[in-house]
Amino acid sequence: MNSTIKNILRFFLLISVQVFVLDKVRLHQMLTPYLYMLFILWLPFRINRSLLMLLAFILGMTVDSFRHHPGFHTAACVLMAYFRPFVINLLIPQEGAETNYDEPSFRSMGGVLPYLIYLSTLIFIHHMWLFILEAWQFSDGWYFLIKSIGATVLSLALILITELLFSRNQRFKTNTI
Amino acid sequence: MRNIFLFIRRHFNLLFFLFLQVLSIYFIAKYSKFHEAALGGITNEMTGKVNSKYYNVQSYFHLKSTNDSLLAANEALYNRLQENFQIRDTSVEIKTDTLALDSLEQHRTFRYMKAHIVSNSLNTSNNYMVLDRGKSGGVFPGMGVIDPVGSAIGIVVEANENYAVVMSLLHKDSHISGKLQTGGETGTLNWNGGDPSILNLTGVSKSAKVKKGDEVITSGYSTSFPKGMKIGKVEAVYKEKSSNLFRISIRTAANFHDLQMAYVIENKHQESVKKILDNLKIQP
Repeated sequence: MNSTIKNILRFFLLISVQVFVLDKVRLHQMLTPYLYMLFILWLPFRINRSLLMLLAFILGMTVDSFRHHPGFHTAACVLMAYFRPFVINLLIPQEGAETNYDEPSFRSMGGVLPYLIYLSTLIFIHHMWLFILEAWQFSDGWYFLIKSIGATVLSLALILITELLFSRNQRFKTNTI
Repeated sequence: MRNIFLFIRRHFNLLFFLFLQVLSIYFIAKYSKFHEAALGGITNEMTGKVNSKYYNVQSYFHLKSTNDSLLAANEALYNRLQENFQIRDTSVEIKTDTLALDSLEQHRTFRYMKAHIVSNSLNTSNNYMVLDRGKSGGVFPGMGVIDPVGSAIGIVVEANENYAVVMSLLHKDSHISGKLQTGGETGTLNWNGGDPSILNLTGVSKSAKVKKGDEVITSGYSTSFPKGMKIGKVEAVYKEKSSNLFRISIRTAANFHDLQMAYVIENKHQESVKKILDNLKIQP
């Protein structure tokens, strides 16, 4: 399937799962798992950085519009999209991996550990910024730090389950196409 | 000049990132004005439609608890009927004087309008609800919202043609005034962003007699709620060392986890109260 169409479908699917299923889940009072950032995490390696941030902005705005207070998820998504290329550059093992594969996955990142670090770093950046923005109006900072760590673990587990359930076949491409 | 263009081209990504980030934080800070002006109408109409479709399905799963709450509300109303109270051993005949209640509508201050809650959030620090009734149904910003058994749950902050957005009591900007039923001391209710069933009542002086289990009701000082709507029960009382005030934590009367229906309260005198305050240049 065409990569653009695939990503557009993913966008709507992840938003509806987030809004209609996961937002209704409340584990231990306040912990809500977030899955919709997977759209940004799964975007192709070779995407333009400005476009990446613009897509993150649109994604965040869509999620925010269901919460009637725009800004929180938008800011967190844009920050995550800004850091994505740096994290990928740090973790990618050999020269040209990003040209051999389309999207980040276990295989294209060269193993389980680099991909796990990639996921957890970016999710933590997202959650941290989201909860800092929310906490800045309240005084209790520790509560929100613990909340963001807990939510990161929860989201990471959910993303790994999604990854196992919907395996994406990453074909190896030669450099010569 | 050339250097400026070079600088922009070189650091375009960083500048674009900062621009988007500042824009989002601006949205957070100025949400009400921006939202009303630019996005509110369209997005609320769209998300409202999606949410009411979802509500149609989801409401079936809550039919039993909804019925129970309506039954409880009916019970409370039956007990208030004038026919229940009889004065013994007198020749006075009991008659309900409906004149002031019905035929003279100008005596009415508060009017209740039913609405369905099509969307409700609990898990952020700024929680909102959406009602399927908007300006065309007589819902306007500033009106109070209660659940079927009469406990306060929020205040309408935005309304378009068919939907209204309610700021839940579980919101950092929500400051409604509450009152201890036994002593009559008033304070301000706010939420600390934690447990969705605990609110804080601040501004009650230490001379007040408070104990666990005391009822907290709306004070009637704002135009949004009539006096005496339930808010919750006192859970614990903390003495603030640096001031002469208590901080009282309250368990909410409304169950925010399971809200399906609500009543919007219209205050017929809201306009005139507002006019007086505006003339005095006092913010309520």
